[in-house]
Formats: sequence, C-alpha cells, structure tokens
Amino acid sequence: MTGPGVVPLGQRINFWIEDGLGAIVRSPVGSRLRRWGLTGKALVASVPFFWLLLFFLIPFVIVLKISFSDSVIAMPPYQPLFGWASEKVLEIKLNFGNFAFLVEDNLYIKAYLNSIFVAAVSTLLCLLIGYPMAYAIARSNPATRNVLLLLVILPFWTSFLLRVYAWIGILKNNGLINNTLLSLGLIDQPIQMLQTDFAVYVGIVYSYLPFMILPLYANLEKMDLTLLEAAADLGCRPWQAFLKVTLPLSLPGIIAGCLLVFIPAVGEFVIPALLGDPGMLMIGKVLWTEFFNNRDWPVASAVAIALLLFLVIPIMFFQRAQDAESGGVHK
Amino acid sequence: MLALVLGFAFLYIPIVSLVVFSFNESRLVTVWGGFSTKWYGALLDNQQIIGAALLSLKIAAIAATAAVVLGTLTGMALARFGPFRGRTLLSGMATAPLVMPEVITGLSLLLLFVTLEQLIGWPEGRGMTTIILAHVTFAMAFVTVVVQSRLAQFDESLEEAAQDLGARPAKVFFLVTLPIIFPALLSGWLLAFTLSLDDLVIASFVAGPGSSTLPMVVFSKVRLGVSPDINALATILIVIVAIGVGVAGVVMSRQQKIRDRDAQMALAANQQMIDSLKKG
Repeated sequence: MTGPGVVPLGQRINFWIEDGLGAIVRSPVGSRLRRWGLTGKALVASVPFFWLLLFFLIPFVIVLKISFSDSVIAMPPYQPLFGWASEKVLEIKLNFGNFAFLVEDNLYIKAYLNSIFVAAVSTLLCLLIGYPMAYAIARSNPATRNVLLLLVILPFWTSFLLRVYAWIGILKNNGLINNTLLSLGLIDQPIQMLQTDFAVYVGIVYSYLPFMILPLYANLEKMDLTLLEAAADLGCRPWQAFLKVTLPLSLPGIIAGCLLVFIPAVGEFVIPALLGDPGMLMIGKVLWTEFFNNRDWPVASAVAIALLLFLVIPIMFFQRAQDAESGGVHK
Repeated sequence: MLALVLGFAFLYIPIVSLVVFSFNESRLVTVWGGFSTKWYGALLDNQQIIGAALLSLKIAAIAATAAVVLGTLTGMALARFGPFRGRTLLSGMATAPLVMPEVITGLSLLLLFVTLEQLIGWPEGRGMTTIILAHVTFAMAFVTVVVQSRLAQFDESLEEAAQDLGARPAKVFFLVTLPIIFPALLSGWLLAFTLSLDDLVIASFVAGPGSSTLPMVVFSKVRLGVSPDINALATILIVIVAIGVGVAGVVMSRQQKIRDRDAQMALAANQQMIDSLKKG
C-alpha cells in the first residue's frame, strides 16, 4: 500500500530518530554536553556503568561495612558504624568480633571447607560427564548438532527449582529408584538416598551440567580437525592424538566450564536445602540461616565477605577468560 | 554415542518423571494410582499460587525488558568502543554476576536497599520494585554476554560502510546494528525472563511481606515434601517453555536464512562487478 509520496512507517520512525538526535547534537545543549566530554558513546557506556556501580559494587561496600557492626535487636538489626560520641567527636566503631566469631566457631570453617570440597568434586564429575558429551556433539554432523545442542540447553530454560524438586520424587525412600529396585527384587529395603551427600552431588551435577557442556562444545567445535590428521600422519594413535592435541587445545573451554560450575556451586543454597541432610554444612545454607532464622545481619555479612574473598581470584580468572572469548578490545 | 544417550537420559528422566506424575491420581507422587487431571484443577483453585505466578510474570517481563536495554548498551560499549577509561571495571562488573553465588548477591542488594531507604527514603519498603531492580542487575549480565558475542561475530565493516555513507552513529545503530543483533536481543530477553521467573534466593532476600514470588511459594511448599499440584505447575511451565523455544528457534532460523541469502546475493553482485571491471 506504499503509494507515491507515502513513506513507510519504519522509515518515518528512522527519520524522527535521526532528526531528533541530530537536533539535540546540534543544539546548545548538545555542545555543552560535548564540552563536558559527554559524547554519545560516553552516554551509552555510562548508563550501565552507573547502574552496576550502584546495584553491584556499592552493595559490597555496604556488606563490608555491616560486617564490622554490632548486632542489635531492631530494624535494621545492626548498630550504625559511625556515631556522634559527644557533640563534635565522630566515633567509628569497628567491630572485628563477627570475623573473630567465624574463626573461633569451627562450624563456619567446617562449612567453608565442606562447601569447597563438595563444589570441587561436583565440578570434576560435571567435567567427566560433560566432556564426552560436548565432544560427541561437536563431532556429530551439523544437522544433528543443532538438535543435540538444543537438547542440552532446553532443561536450562525450565525452572531450576522444579528440576531439583523432581529429584526428591526420584531419590526418596518410596521414590522412583527405590520402588524400581524393590519390585525387581534387587533390594529388600529402600536405600536412604534423599538427605544424603550423594543426593547433593546428584543435584549439583544435574543442575550445572549444561554450564559445563556449552563452553566445552564452543571450544571443541572451533578446533581445526586437520591437526588430528597431521598427528595421525605422524604416527599418533587416536587416543594419543586426543591426549596430545585435543585435550591441551580444549583447556580454555575446560577452565571456563569448571569456573562456571565451581564458583556458584560453592555458595549453593537450594540444592543442599532440598536434597541434603539437614545437618549438612554448606556455607550458602549457613549464610541463609544466619540471615533468615537468627536475624544476625552482621554475621551473615561477615560470612558473605569471607566467601567473597575466597572467590575473588576465580571470579577474576573467569572475567579475563570471558572477555578474551567474546573478542576483547577491538583495535 | 553412549555418552550422549546416558547424558541425555540423566538430563531428561527427572523432567519426564515430573510430567508423568502430574497426571497421577494418587497423592503419593511416586506411586501410580491411575490417570487423572485433578491436580491441575487443584492448582488453578490455589489462589496463593496463581497470585504469586501473576506477580512473578509481571516482574519477569519488566525486568527482562530493562535488562535487554542495559545489557545491549553494555555489550555495545564492550565490543565496539575500543579501550576507554573504566572499561576493565565495566567488564568486570558486567561478568561477575554470571558466577556470583546468589546468597551474596541477595544479601548485598538487600543491605543496599535498607541503606538507601535510611538515607533518601527510597525505595520505600521492599516488594515488587526491589525485586525488579535486583533481577535487572543480575539478568543484564547474561544479556551482555549474548549481545557482546553476537557483536564480536559480525563484521564491523558493515557499520563502517554505513558511517562512510554519511549515517550518524545513532542511525547506524538503529538501521544496521540493531537488525543484525536482533536475534541475540530476543534470546537475551527470553533468557532474562526465565532467570527472573526462576529466581528464589535473590528474591527471598529483597522481597517484603506480601510480595512472595512463585519460586518462594513453591519452595515453602516443596520443603514440606512432594505435592502433586507442584508437578502440574512444572508440567505447565515445561510446555510453555517448549513452545516458546520452538517458536524462537523457527523465527531465528528463518531470519538466518534470509540473511544468508542476502549475503550471497551481495557477494554474487560483487563478483559480477569485479568480473566486468576485469573485462573492461
């Protein structure tokens, strides 16, 4: 229905945008903004920059601040750090008690060590299951490859909470596995699987497996297969070529996948809360309990800061790898 | 091949079992008592779950839209602006939320909201607004990754060509860049929407009384044990996701085909021109 003289709506909108922006750029307001160094690019970058500064970085400063304050029964349940001791003397009350408490009570240290151990074992299991899968997907023909990839991603789109919940029905004493084994006569009594460490491992590996497969696949798919032919020509057996060529080349994918699983798994709360033994010590659960059940915000903050200090190096590693992967700085 | 079969069995058996037992007559979720759809009826009668679901959908739609806008800006800045002051910090703040344990994000945002309320009186109390702000912040990191990698894939010379032909940067963005990265924005939006709809931990920290989201209601129910109406809820969500992902996949592959055809036509025209120049 585009007659002569009728400009399509899309084009008209483009004109509006261009005219509008052009008018701002050319106006006195525009030149003043430019004088302040506020070009279009700076504006584009500064909106998310200040958003993240306010909602991501500053909150950590506040957590740090509150981890040094005293707990009181009030709302919010902590003492201010800065107070006016007399009329003109600003008093800063730094309380290291929360951190001392973390070190003294070996419940916290046990929880940290246990979380790191559980996360490390789960990461290893994810790698052992995920690597062969990623390898098989990357080496399948392009048409099936997309379908297989979609199958890996699909569970990730359905609710994480409900997928963890599904394991309760499978693992519990009158659940799917025990009922099947009982009816086959393989066991006479149900095996206790729910509320054990085993269930937590299953839950973590199950939930985080796609995070391992995807970076591995992205890496393996890019690999130059002629390298393997060259290795074969030089007399390498397939498994030797795998160990000497494929595996070292896929190291960036392995590192990215492991970090994507390990870091969030250390602080995991939902999986141990639903599948684990109520007494199982995981630091995410401890933080949750301190905050919601004991209402001790300062100790919860101290727990968070200690966890963050431990994770800051792997997180920086991850950020580097991520930036290099997505092209980094363009010249 | 065996690895794939076993791996996919591991990934899908729990999901299939959720769906199968949602049609179970018996209250004992794992003992088959005959086919029934009564749990779907029970679910629809549960006002608490329906209310929470509506709240969660509203939060997810708003948060995903804002996250796409902010994530696109971040992705553009990181992929296209070259080195600039604060780039490292921006890139760090944009990727760290991807792996940050949720308990830390939740606690830190709650403390921020409490502090802000004490200082400037905003946000007033906690509820939908604070949940949306929190979800935008962690979802925009995922959108940034998607957009940034899409921008890194496609040739910058297209944008440069438009600029050489006299288009202003804003026009280049709306006419060249935006149409090309549109599939990434779509998948980014869906991803952000799903993440927001799914989040339990962060929402639990920053929610106030009377603003329980769907995962919060589900979690408090599930903690007491299995219940078949939760299976019905899971089945409904799985069906919606399957349809959504299917439609998005078809749209994207169709767009990809159109783009491939355009690129081929452009290449062919280019070749013709070179040939005729050689002859002439």
